[in-house]
Amino acid sequence: MSLVIKVPPVGESISEVTLSQWIKKDGDYVEMDEVIAELESDKATFELTAEKAGTLKTIASEGDTLAIGAPVCSIEEGGQPAAAKEEAAPKAETKEAAPKTEDAKASTYASGAPSPSAAKILAEKGVDAASVKGTGVGGRLTKEDALNADSSKKAAAPAAAPVVAASVPGSRSERREKMSSLRKTVAKRLVSVKNETAMLTTFNEVDMQPIMDIRAKYKDKFKEKHGVGLGFMSFFTKAVCEALKEYPSVNARIEGEEIVFNDFADISIAVSAPKGLVVPVIRNAEAMSLAQIEASVMALAVKARDSKLTLEEMTGGTFTITNGGVFGSMMSTPIINAPQSAILGMHNIVERPVAVNGQVVIRPIMYVALSYDHRIIDGRESVGFLVKVKQLLEDPTRLLLGV
Amino acid sequence: MQFDVIVIGSGPGGYVAAIRCAQLGLKTAIIEKYSTYGGTCLNVGCIPSKALLDSSEHYHNAAHTFKEHGINLKDLSPDIKQMVNRKNEVVAQTTGGITYLFKKNKVSTYHGMGSMLDKNTVKVTKADGSSENITAKNIILATGSKPTQLPFLKTDGKRIITSTEALNLQEIPKHLILIGGGVIGLELGSVYARLGSKVTVVEFMDSIIGTMDKSLGKELQKVLAKQGMEFLLSHKVTGASVKGSKVTVTADNAKGEKISLEGDYCLVAVGRTAYTENLGLENIGISLEERGKKIPVNAHLETSVPGIYAIGDVVKGAMLAHKAEDEGTYVAEIIAGQKPHINYNLIPGVVYTWPEVASVGQTEEQLKEAGIKFKAGSFPFKASGRARASNDTDGFVKVLADATTDEILGVHMIGPRAADMIAEAVVAMEFRASAEDIARISHAHPTYTEAFKEASMAATENRAIHI
Repeated sequence: MSLVIKVPPVGESISEVTLSQWIKKDGDYVEMDEVIAELESDKATFELTAEKAGTLKTIASEGDTLAIGAPVCSIEEGGQPAAAKEEAAPKAETKEAAPKTEDAKASTYASGAPSPSAAKILAEKGVDAASVKGTGVGGRLTKEDALNADSSKKAAAPAAAPVVAASVPGSRSERREKMSSLRKTVAKRLVSVKNETAMLTTFNEVDMQPIMDIRAKYKDKFKEKHGVGLGFMSFFTKAVCEALKEYPSVNARIEGEEIVFNDFADISIAVSAPKGLVVPVIRNAEAMSLAQIEASVMALAVKARDSKLTLEEMTGGTFTITNGGVFGSMMSTPIINAPQSAILGMHNIVERPVAVNGQVVIRPIMYVALSYDHRIIDGRESVGFLVKVKQLLEDPTRLLLGV
Repeated sequence: MQFDVIVIGSGPGGYVAAIRCAQLGLKTAIIEKYSTYGGTCLNVGCIPSKALLDSSEHYHNAAHTFKEHGINLKDLSPDIKQMVNRKNEVVAQTTGGITYLFKKNKVSTYHGMGSMLDKNTVKVTKADGSSENITAKNIILATGSKPTQLPFLKTDGKRIITSTEALNLQEIPKHLILIGGGVIGLELGSVYARLGSKVTVVEFMDSIIGTMDKSLGKELQKVLAKQGMEFLLSHKVTGASVKGSKVTVTADNAKGEKISLEGDYCLVAVGRTAYTENLGLENIGISLEERGKKIPVNAHLETSVPGIYAIGDVVKGAMLAHKAEDEGTYVAEIIAGQKPHINYNLIPGVVYTWPEVASVGQTEEQLKEAGIKFKAGSFPFKASGRARASNDTDGFVKVLADATTDEILGVHMIGPRAADMIAEAVVAMEFRASAEDIARISHAHPTYTEAFKEASMAATENRAIHI
C-alpha cells in the first residue's frame, strides 16, 4: 500500500509553495512523523512530515513550485530501517541495494572527482565539487551532476591565479540564481507599494540621552526582574503606540473606498532572517508593558532566525518599525508595509554636537524617519506623529503620564 | 579596425583560439606572418613530418618486410622528390582548410608581421612594407617557436640544417649526423634511416627521449638500432664544419676524448626556442623569462598586462600542438567569461617513430622521486596476437597505478599505433579510472589496445592472462 503525501494547506492566502529541500532521499526508510522535506512559501518555511512509516518515493524535485494539494511524494509500505538493512538479504533488490550501500559508505579515492566538463560547469557556477553528490561510478561527478548542482552552495572564493608581475586577473563572470518565492513576493509587493501609494517621508532627530540614562540605571534590575534585557525597541514601540492614539489615521488603512481605523496597535517589527526580511507582529502592543514588549520582540526574533515563524505571527499589523541602525544606517526612507499606511525607521545613534540652551554640547542623536501614505495621512498628522514620538522618547516621563 | 580579440600567430594555438573566440561571438582578427596559415605544425612540423614518415615507412616495408609477407618486388627505389611533392600537397590542403575555417567563422585575417604598439594596438607590417594598425580589448600572443640554434654550431640551411630544411631535402643523405636524440630528431632521423641513409645520433644526455619514462627510451633505442641507427650517447658536440658536400662534426665523448664524424648532412634538432622577435613586447612592458626566453603568464595564461594573453610554445610547458590548441580554447573561453580548466598532467606526449612511442601522466622516475608508492604492470607486444599478425612485435605497454587505490598514475607505451592508443589512457585518467577498471572494460579482439588491458591486469594484481 502506498500513501501519496500532498502539499498541505498552509494558510489562507497561500496558493503555492516551493519545495526547498529534501531532508530524506528517494528510497530512504522514514518513520511516521519524521520530517521528510522543507517547503517554502512566500512568507515562511514549513516542514513536511511523513504521514506513515515506509519507504519514501519522491515525486517532486527540489526547486519545484507546487500548488496546494499537489503530490510531493509517496510512502510505500515496507522497507526497513537503515540499521536493519544490512542484515536482510533481499533477493529481488540485490541489484539496487548494492550500489546504494556503496554510495552511502564506501567513498573511493575518486568520489567527487568531476569529469572535465563537470569541472568547468561547477567552476562557472561557483560550486565546490565537494558539496555535490556524484552519481557516476564510484561517486564520480558526471556532467549531469554538475548541471543539476545547486549554485547556492557556493565554493569558497578560489585563490586567484598567482599574479605575474603587475597582472590583475579580475573576474568578469556573473552568475544566475532562481529567485526564491519569498524574494519574488517581496519584490512584487515593494514595487506595488511604490506604484499604488502616495508615499513620502518626514524626518526628525531624537536625543537619546534620557533613554540611555534610564537604561544605564535600570538595565540590571530590569533583567533580574523580567528576565529580558531593556532595549530601545520597547521604548520606541511604547512611544509609537502612544502617538498612534493621538493620530489614528497613521494607524489606519485604505480598503476600497473606505478608511479602516484600528482601536488597537499591532506593531510589525522588521527582522532580518536568514532567508530575507520578515515582519512578525506584536499584537495589542498598546496594552503591553515595556517588559512584555521586550519579551515578545526577543521571542519573535529568535523564531525568525530559526525560520520558525508561523504565518499567523507574520500576518496583520497596523504599523511597522524598522531599525536600519543595527546595520549602521544614518538615514533612510523606509517603504510602507502594505496595506499599512506608515512605517517608522530607526537609525544608528551617533554622538553629534547640538545646541542646548545656547551651548554646543555633545549628545547621542538618532535620526528617525516616518514614511507614510499621503492619501490618508496629512502632513500635519505625519509630522505631528513623529514629533510626538520624539517628545516621548526625549522625555520618557510623558509615557507614564500619557501627555 | 576595432576587434574584441586579436590573435597574433595562426599555428594550432592561434587558429584554434581565433575560431573558438568567433564561436563565442567575439569579433576576432588573426595576424599571420607567412603566406599560409597553420604555423610550424601545419607547414614545417607535425603534418609534413608525418607525411614523410608515412611515405618512408611504406618504402621501408616494401624493402624489408614485404618479402616475408609473400610479396616480391623488383626494381624498388625511393623517389625523394615525389615524396616531398606529395608532402607539399598534404600541407597545401591542410593549410587551405584553415583559410576555409576562418571564412566560415568570420575571422578577419591579416597577413604581415604583428607588433604591439600599446596594450590595445597591434601594428601589422605587410610584405610590401605598408602597415596598418588594428585595436582590440584582448590580445592573444601565439607566435610559437623556432628551432634552437647552438651558438657554436651555426646552421647554414644547406649541409647543416634544421627540421625545416630536413623536410625539403632533394636527395637522400648518405650519412646523416643527427645532433639531439629528442622527438623531432628521431622522427626525421627515422625518415632517412628508412630511405637508406646511415644515421648517427649524437646526444648529450645518457638516453634518448630523455623527458619520457626511461624504459621507453631504452626500448626505442634498441629497436632503432636494429633498423640501423647508430647512437653516441653522453657526447658533447663541440662544432661542425662544411667542406664542399662534406660535414665534419666534432664532439667529446663521456671520457672527454675528442671524436669526429663525417657525413653529408648534419641535422641540428636540440629543441625549440620561443619566438617573440619583433613582437613589440618592450612597448607594453613585458620582459621574457631568463631561462627559455618565454613570455611569463599566470595560471589564466594572462601576461603581466591585463587583457594580453599568451599560449602555446611562447609560454611555459610542453611545446606540443595539442597543448597549444587546448590553451587556445582555454583563453578564448576565459575572455568570454567562462571558467575552463586544463589538466597539464594529462597532456599526452607522442613520438612518431615506428614503433610509435606515447605517454601520459607520471613516469616511474617522477613517482619514485615524489615518494609515491605504485604498482607497475607491463605487457609486451610479442604476446599480442594482433601484433604478431602484422609483425609489429617490438615494444610494450606499461601501466603505473597507485599502490593503495589502484588509480592509474601513468601509462607509457611503445608499439604499433601507440600514438592513437594513448587516447584511451588519457580518457581513463581524466575520469580517474583504476587499473582494474581498464582490466574489466571489454576490448575488441584482436586489437593492439588489448595490450593496454593486459598491462592493466598486470598492474592490478599481476594477473595478465596472455603472459
